[in-house]
Amino acid sequence: MSGPAVLGERTPRDPLLEVKDLQVAYGAITALRGISLSLGQGEVVALIGANGAGKTSTLRAISGMLRPKAGKITLRGQDITGKKAHTLLPLGMAHAPEGRGIFLNLSVEENLQLGAYLRKDTDGIQSDLEQSFGFFPVLKDRLQQLAGTLSGGEQQMLAISRALMSRPSLLLLDEPSLGLAPQIIEKIFGILRDINQKGVSILLVEQNAHLALNLAHYGYVLETGEIAMTGPGKTLLASEEVKKAYLGE
Amino acid sequence: MADFIQHLINGLAAGTIYALVALGYTMVYGVLKLINFAHGDVMMVGVYIAYATAKQLGRGAQSSLLGVMLIFLVAMGGCALIGFLIERFAYRPLREKPRLTALITAIGISFALSYGFQLDIGFLPGAAPRAFPEIIRPTEWLVIGDRDVVLWNWQVISVLIAVGLMVSLQYLVFKTRFGRAMRAVSYDHRTAALMGIPVDRIIALTFMLGSALAAGAGILYAIKDTAVQPLMGLYVGLKAFVAAVIGGIGHVPGAVVGGLLLGLVEEFVVGYTASTWRDAVAFGFLIIVLLVRPEGLFGRITAEKV
Ligand SMILES: Nc1ncnc2c1ncn2[C@@H]1O[C@H](COP(=O)(O)OP(=O)(O)OP(=O)(O)O)[C@@H](O)[C@H]1O
Ligand SMILES: [Mg+2]
Repeated sequence: MSGPAVLGERTPRDPLLEVKDLQVAYGAITALRGISLSLGQGEVVALIGANGAGKTSTLRAISGMLRPKAGKITLRGQDITGKKAHTLLPLGMAHAPEGRGIFLNLSVEENLQLGAYLRKDTDGIQSDLEQSFGFFPVLKDRLQQLAGTLSGGEQQMLAISRALMSRPSLLLLDEPSLGLAPQIIEKIFGILRDINQKGVSILLVEQNAHLALNLAHYGYVLETGEIAMTGPGKTLLASEEVKKAYLGE
Repeated sequence: MADFIQHLINGLAAGTIYALVALGYTMVYGVLKLINFAHGDVMMVGVYIAYATAKQLGRGAQSSLLGVMLIFLVAMGGCALIGFLIERFAYRPLREKPRLTALITAIGISFALSYGFQLDIGFLPGAAPRAFPEIIRPTEWLVIGDRDVVLWNWQVISVLIAVGLMVSLQYLVFKTRFGRAMRAVSYDHRTAALMGIPVDRIIALTFMLGSALAAGAGILYAIKDTAVQPLMGLYVGLKAFVAAVIGGIGHVPGAVVGGLLLGLVEEFVVGYTASTWRDAVAFGFLIIVLLVRPEGLFGRITAEKV
């Protein structure tokens, strides 16, 4: 293995998340063949790649939804490899999973309350709710409705808002643009930028490379379970390989 | 008319008991997608715990208010513990295995309890039926006409206790943080864990709760039936399972409605025909409901999640 092609320089920051030689397998199927990546405090890092490249598997391993076969994951220097998912939220990591993971049998309000499941500070929870309503006013009108009655775009807004209800320092997002109309995608990505400016670091998985690399400080290109290329978002966006393979140019 | 009212009373009294047991099936199915076939047998164990506690208390104390409360508490607590142990050591290790494995385990536990209790060694009671102590002395509360309609005190008390337990459960499931977590786990336990919900603990508590309700229901059943025997769990459990499926398994209010309907339908058909029809009616009713609504009265057809 020759290792990934590294394009451009990375602005150094305090490391928040570090993944080293991560391997994930589902039975006999290998999804990740030893990938390494890092995310600095305050950064948006994009992970792009085709269907089946292993993007979701990467997020699942980081958030404890699955146990990696090998490798090491550290959050703020603390080893979190193989820890159970529910123990990671208190460390400041929230994961809005692939397919949004909305509890469709619960109301919008209950979904949001579950995002704050571990919190006891009523005032803080309330102000975070207000923040979400500021981002997505439609949620306020839908509070008592069953989440299953929301449109796809509204569900994605709910998924992001719910993840923010734990007041995370790191947000893992899996394809927030999937299946949404362009205006809604634009709105959501605008808000992701806001959220990031408020100090939340984001690890963003996307198939929509253009969107993701535009937002991201730094990006990784995943190909069949390996990192093929890394570099600053804008640099990757300009590279011929990425253009050809992921931007259809 | 008097007939009708009498059957209504009997049907409701029986139905609330089915409903309580059905709630345990439905809650456990909700969080684990497992038909806990041992549920009825846990109920039977609860009845024996109540039996032993009543014997310990002796004739006078067992029918005092405090005594009855103590009997319920001990039996429900004991069953919660048994439910905890079954979940922890039998079902949890199989959680990620194919569902059939857990189902067969459940049937195994069911048989182990119902046949194990027929042994006559140590604390085990043996196969012979025993008379359940009169912890509520039967008196007639309301007599209409020339004993055309008789309302017994135990019927009223039984319905009150059952309704009280059901209302509390309803509150717990739909209005509290624990209930919210339980419903989230039931819908998608992987995502629930991402909310910081300790999924294992929620499942264990659900088991304990369902088992405690079964003990409560079992005591009410034993008061009505006046007898205890080790196979009672198979019989009552099966009926309650039918009630849960009729209501839509996994649906909490559905279990209550299913239980009441089953109690009423059985009572009316038996009342106007012959008691030999009772079980045929129960399963016939199940078949009809499933033909018309395969998901049960309140259940929703959901695509299997990937
Ligand atoms: N539960 C599973 N069981 C078996 N194989 C799986 C499972 N989940 C993923 N895989 C396989 O692992 C590989 C990586 O899948 P992953 O979901 O991580 O890809 P992805 O990059 O997120 O794809 P997509 O863009 O389609 O969401 C694929 O080959 C996939 O088929
Ligand atoms: Mg994916």
